[in-house]
Amino acid sequence: MDIKDGRTVKGINFEGLIDAGDPVSLAKYYSENGADELVFLDITATLEGRKTMVEMVRKVAREINIPFTVGGGISSVEDAFNLLNNGADKISVNSSAIKNPSLIKDLSNRFGNQCVVLAIDAKFIDAKWIVFQAGGRIQTDLDLFEWAKEGVNLGAGEILFTSMDNDGTKSGFAIDPLYKLAKCVNVPIIASGGCGKVEHFKEVFEQTNVDAALAASVFHFGEIEIPALKNYLKTNNIDIR
Amino acid sequence: MKLTIINYGAGNVFSVKSAFQRLGIEPTLSNDLNEIRSSDLVVFPGVGHAETAMSQLKESGLDLLIPDLKQPVLGVCLGMQMMCESSEEGDVKGLNIFESVRVKRFDDELKVPHMGWNEILETKGILNGLIDPVYFIHSYFAPINEYTIAETNYPTAFSAAMEKVNFIGCQFHPEKSGEVGEEILKRFLSLRK
Repeated sequence: MDIKDGRTVKGINFEGLIDAGDPVSLAKYYSENGADELVFLDITATLEGRKTMVEMVRKVAREINIPFTVGGGISSVEDAFNLLNNGADKISVNSSAIKNPSLIKDLSNRFGNQCVVLAIDAKFIDAKWIVFQAGGRIQTDLDLFEWAKEGVNLGAGEILFTSMDNDGTKSGFAIDPLYKLAKCVNVPIIASGGCGKVEHFKEVFEQTNVDAALAASVFHFGEIEIPALKNYLKTNNIDIR
Repeated sequence: MKLTIINYGAGNVFSVKSAFQRLGIEPTLSNDLNEIRSSDLVVFPGVGHAETAMSQLKESGLDLLIPDLKQPVLGVCLGMQMMCESSEEGDVKGLNIFESVRVKRFDDELKVPHMGWNEILETKGILNGLIDPVYFIHSYFAPINEYTIAETNYPTAFSAAMEKVNFIGCQFHPEKSGEVGEEILKRFLSLRK
């Protein structure tokens, strides 16, 4: 879920939700419908909005009984503390960790590496997976696999990889880099970007060693219902909750 | 009913508190020895590093109080690990409630932390009959031992939960384990004398 000023953004189209823009109602909806974990990404630019995020995290933690990760704009131990102390289970860092890699170390020393998710956005350019920052707007010279390894060495306990080439295409997860990523780091990996149908979940779990797969719009628009997805995966012998 | 969540500065007590509030209980957060001693039920949470957490317990005298409690006590995650004899994390001595149980780090061949939903097996005691997956997030584990009341495979079996008289320890997070987690917390509440 992308959050701006305490509201879910990107189109969300559910029947039966009183306020579809309210992240707390949505979180509750998803957790009651079988989601295993939720990720909130704060795309608010202002300091005022950041305070709203802490309040939102608190409300979500009151309502749901599954784990959730919060990311976006976390650049200090103090930022992370405020979110964790209000009920977030994990903190995800992306651009702030590229600018200041020791942030990963500081966070994992303080809260344990199980709390620290390194989110990486990358694009395939000239036969290499190149990392981007600032929500995919700025190209870095980091290589996906090298950065992931460095992040894990610094203390990241999980990698959330989004393929920018696949994101929004609904053509399936980026199997090739996910396969390699799962071979080069020894922490859980969440696949993100490109999911368009239930078969894509099956594909990513069968062909790579990732631990979780993330999707947003297919759920938001009701194109995939979580209970149906889980039934489909179970009948295909994929071990899920 | 008075339920106290031990608040000694280690980890996320808000989620644990919220989980009990959803069940209609208003927990007290405290590290005051008298407050804890006079509670009907005590929850001992913990997230973070064993060494740091143990020294925080010692500072407030909780290391001596907790093993002495007679009411039902539920240790969660690091809380459970500190109820053991020792932990490889920081090589610390624990509270030795679960005697001779030594907490170890998962093999480096595995993905560590062990994170996500896993089934509990061979359940007995307070977890009797429960089989649904619960949520784990940890890098250290207690091996199977005489107090084990639920096992989980990663890939070899470890203690998902332990029980000894009035002490219960869960390696997983019942407060984050959906409906089955709620059931476990309800069963804990029903232990009140």
